[in-house]
Amino acid sequence: MPPPPVRSPSRLLLCHCRLPFHISPQTRLPLSHNSSVRRRFHCSAVSAVSALSSDPQIAPTDLTTTPPSSHILSIRESLLSRRRTAADVAGEYLDRLRRTEPHIRSFLHVSETTMREAEEVDRLVASGKDLGPLAGVLVGVKDNICTAGMPSTGGSRILEGYRPPFDATAVRKLKEAGAIVIGKTNMDEFGMGSTTEGSGFQVTANPWDISRVPGGSSGGSAAAVSAKQCVVSLGSDTGGSVRQPASFCGVVGLKPTYGRVSRFGLMAYASSLDVIGCFGASVIDSAIVLNVVSGHDRFDSTSSTHEVPDYASFLMSTDHFESTPLKGLKVGMIRETIGDGVDVGVISSIKAAALHLEELGATITEVSLPSFSLGLPAYYVLASSEASSNLSRYDGVRYGNRATVDELNSLYGDSRADGLGPEVKMRILMGTYALSAGYYDAYYKRAQQVRTLIRKSFKDALEKMDILVSPAVPSPAYKIGEKVNDPLAMYAGDIMTVNVNLAGLPALVVPCGFVEGGSAGLPVGLQMIGSSFSEEKLLRIGHIFEQTLPNYRFVPPLFLELV
Amino acid sequence: MALIFHRGIIANSQFFSRSSGVLFRRLRASRSCTSARGEGTANTLKEELIQVAPKRALEPNTHGFEAIIGIETHVQLFTLTKAFCSCPYVYGSRPNTTICPVCMGHPGTLPVLNSKVVEFAVKLGLALNCGLSMTSKFDRKHYFYPDLPKGYQISQFDIPIATKGFIDVDLPVEFGGGHRRFGITRVHMEEDAGKLLHSETGSYSQVDLNRAGVPLLEIVSEPDMRSGIEAAEYAAEIQRLVRFLGISNGNMQEGSLRCDVNVSVRPIGQSKFGTKVEIKNMNSFSAMNRAIDYEISRQVLLHSQGQSDQIFQETRLWEEGAQKTFTMRKKEGLADYRYFPEPDLPEVVLTKEFVDKLCQGLPELPEAKRRRYEKMGLTMQDVLFLANDNHVAEFFDASLENGADPKLAANWIMGDISAFLKNERLSITEIKLTPFELSELIASIKNGTISGKIGKEILFELLAKGGTVQSLIEEKDLVQASLIFPVRKASEFIIIVDPAAIEALVDKVLAANPKQLEQYRAGKTRLQGFFAGQVMKESKGKANPLVLNQILGVKLKGES
Ligand SMILES: [Zn+2]
Repeated sequence: MPPPPVRSPSRLLLCHCRLPFHISPQTRLPLSHNSSVRRRFHCSAVSAVSALSSDPQIAPTDLTTTPPSSHILSIRESLLSRRRTAADVAGEYLDRLRRTEPHIRSFLHVSETTMREAEEVDRLVASGKDLGPLAGVLVGVKDNICTAGMPSTGGSRILEGYRPPFDATAVRKLKEAGAIVIGKTNMDEFGMGSTTEGSGFQVTANPWDISRVPGGSSGGSAAAVSAKQCVVSLGSDTGGSVRQPASFCGVVGLKPTYGRVSRFGLMAYASSLDVIGCFGASVIDSAIVLNVVSGHDRFDSTSSTHEVPDYASFLMSTDHFESTPLKGLKVGMIRETIGDGVDVGVISSIKAAALHLEELGATITEVSLPSFSLGLPAYYVLASSEASSNLSRYDGVRYGNRATVDELNSLYGDSRADGLGPEVKMRILMGTYALSAGYYDAYYKRAQQVRTLIRKSFKDALEKMDILVSPAVPSPAYKIGEKVNDPLAMYAGDIMTVNVNLAGLPALVVPCGFVEGGSAGLPVGLQMIGSSFSEEKLLRIGHIFEQTLPNYRFVPPLFLELV
Repeated sequence: MALIFHRGIIANSQFFSRSSGVLFRRLRASRSCTSARGEGTANTLKEELIQVAPKRALEPNTHGFEAIIGIETHVQLFTLTKAFCSCPYVYGSRPNTTICPVCMGHPGTLPVLNSKVVEFAVKLGLALNCGLSMTSKFDRKHYFYPDLPKGYQISQFDIPIATKGFIDVDLPVEFGGGHRRFGITRVHMEEDAGKLLHSETGSYSQVDLNRAGVPLLEIVSEPDMRSGIEAAEYAAEIQRLVRFLGISNGNMQEGSLRCDVNVSVRPIGQSKFGTKVEIKNMNSFSAMNRAIDYEISRQVLLHSQGQSDQIFQETRLWEEGAQKTFTMRKKEGLADYRYFPEPDLPEVVLTKEFVDKLCQGLPELPEAKRRRYEKMGLTMQDVLFLANDNHVAEFFDASLENGADPKLAANWIMGDISAFLKNERLSITEIKLTPFELSELIASIKNGTISGKIGKEILFELLAKGGTVQSLIEEKDLVQASLIFPVRKASEFIIIVDPAAIEALVDKVLAANPKQLEQYRAGKTRLQGFFAGQVMKESKGKANPLVLNQILGVKLKGES
């Protein structure tokens, strides 16, 4: 259920000291709201909501260490106060999109109806009717998530021009909440890749340094949010496809628990691992999007009936933080993620982030997950196996590109040979092999056993710790073309993230620092992993972390140059 | 080959109105509910009843060879919607009119299990005396074919929902009769594929996906059958079962019941199986019988000519015109379907309560019916006829409930009623005659109100027009005429059939005519007519003459 719409601007006024998502005093208790105790963050960190009053357009040029504010709440506030219209907001984003897109190329398709839909929102505002929580919010949707009447190719030539007859459940929920889908974002074909270089159509550039990759496979969605081409975006995460590009592009990326968000309408890559996630410029924005898209769906039997709490309600303004808001929080730093093979700059950023968590009252302990290194091979066996099955439907028979031949076997062979890219073909071959009679036990079955081990080791660790932290990626964004011919090096980049998918756990990536590179440094993301359905906890911690991080300014140079 | 498709199908409204999957709690397996049904003792009894008829006599000349036959049966379930989406399925619909993105395998679509499929599978599992897997799962079976939209079929591989059962069959009397028990290896749930429609010239094919995603139960038998008639009877019994259970129409012509038969032949005494040949394309039980016997003869001939190496592992099609099987395709090695667990569907977990409830709701099954009818003293011919069709059996049982004599009811049903049904091409559920009126008719003949010949006339009236026996007797002046009195209009009076009332009249007449009674007892038996006339007069013509004469006879002899 989406949160109840805010009814009037007057109600919003009540929220000036906290966010306009209402909570009972009990649920607020952990982050006690005691206005008489103003703590040290008060001076440096401006309230998330009070930051809303400044026009988002001028925010990036303000070079103070302003913590990230919620663009969603800002838009909402402007609409309700009638300071701006949805058409103004849409115009601003579309204008920026037009200027930045030639450099970044995050979109495979840009909607032609954005302005019309924004005007519709304005009519709704004028009529005084209730506004959905995402009214007038421009959302980028990864191209493997189906949108009715808009092309959805999954980044593959085999689906060039394909327009699904239905909206994915997540998209339907976004639209019902008032969001406007601004376009479909670029990705590695069917989610198989970590750079967007595997897209059948184009390569997206990293807004921090356009000679570098934005990460992948949801690279388009991450780059678009980073460059403010859209407010928030949807991605999908099978082995790290939301978290890795979030880290590369310096945005917040959320990978929910498996089953938290319906997969209906998400083109399947590896069904037992796939999750729809989201990107935002702040933790609050990610929380609001998660609120909207979460919940059981009768079209997805693997979606969970677990209750959906109001993820955004407890994200209070820094005014109410105690000096040690994370007091008592037990954080486990995964030992295996800060050793050999990890960029030193990344390690030091993560260690600095850990220190910051400590300052906030958390205790940091190194924990070991002995099965951690097994995750990567197990992931590639399982994901490829499921992919070989899931991609069987792309045969040119019912939709998508069909080879012009006059014999059945060539119809299959040629349609797939022409339509699918090399990385996809390689994974189909690997998966087909792993599932073949005589190899099944050695590969697929073995990998499932490893998966069980990994699940258990996470469970054990999360019984002792509240959350686990690690880098999201072992390196910052690398150069376009750098790893194209070295798939193993690219796969190795997924080491930090795949275990979380195998265990089905939620994880949040929050920008935490920089390493050298590009004109302004390259962002590094901190990955926080929680137990199943603990998104609420992760978002609360992530929010406090982000709002209190000194020198938080993850605005890419490209954006500053072009705006 | 070119392919022509119906494209751009939009989700219909029903697509979004399906109930979600099966959510049964986890419980340990409890083997069938025989005890719950209180049939434990019946089962042991049943086993004692099994008589093994001499088999050899019925079979094709096998010259010291033995045929081993196993059958895979696909039963299409008549659930309201398909197995994993909310499309309906109606046989004979225009191509590609009952399809949606899910059953077309569009990107991003997911299967949601129709819980009726599980219910039907459990019913059939119980009816086949199988053990149920309280936790089973779905798997994907991969192969490429244009009628298979996803490139895989959702099926069950290593954990089918039901395993290790058996089915009891009575062979037809004309084939020598005898009772058989055939093992059931497994029953599993899966989805049907679409259909390819080949053009007449063979230059292109079209795909119809209406059938794609329709739920199937696949029943795999043990290789327990030895002849065509055994195999045909096995299949016929499966058809009866699914019809009795109400889970399928079991119609072979429409493809709702499809049998693939594996036949191999080996010298008697050899334990190793011969090369297995698969036969398809049999559209009736009699075709199955003939196809299998043909195939056995073909293989026996090759064996006896020392050419057993000419028997290939292959699929052969039965050609009705030629009355022969022909090679369709040779199997080159085993197909690798690359099964793996379906990640889009949760495990299917049955609860004991769910199973018990279905168990208690099971109807009386054909085998139990046959044994019950047998105990009534009906001949095996009658038993097989009546228990063959659940509607006929229901009709028969309902007429018995109204007090009809079993043998007489059976005769009417098997004789005139079934002849009428055949002529009019009707089913017993479509006729106007009710089981109650049949029992009335039988009673009226039995008590002498009408003769058997008139009973027949009334029956045809009832079959064609309906009505009641009583009103027809009255309308048609069909009261049995006495030999002594002229026929009178039945409608003019009510017939007295109550023996006590007639006895009182007889006593009165005898008392009033002591002289004639004395003469009668002295040997002048012709006087019975006089007495009968007097009694009839006394009854104002209402006494039933048969009852009257019967009572009078006894009284005149002074035996009361
Ligand atoms: Zn359908």
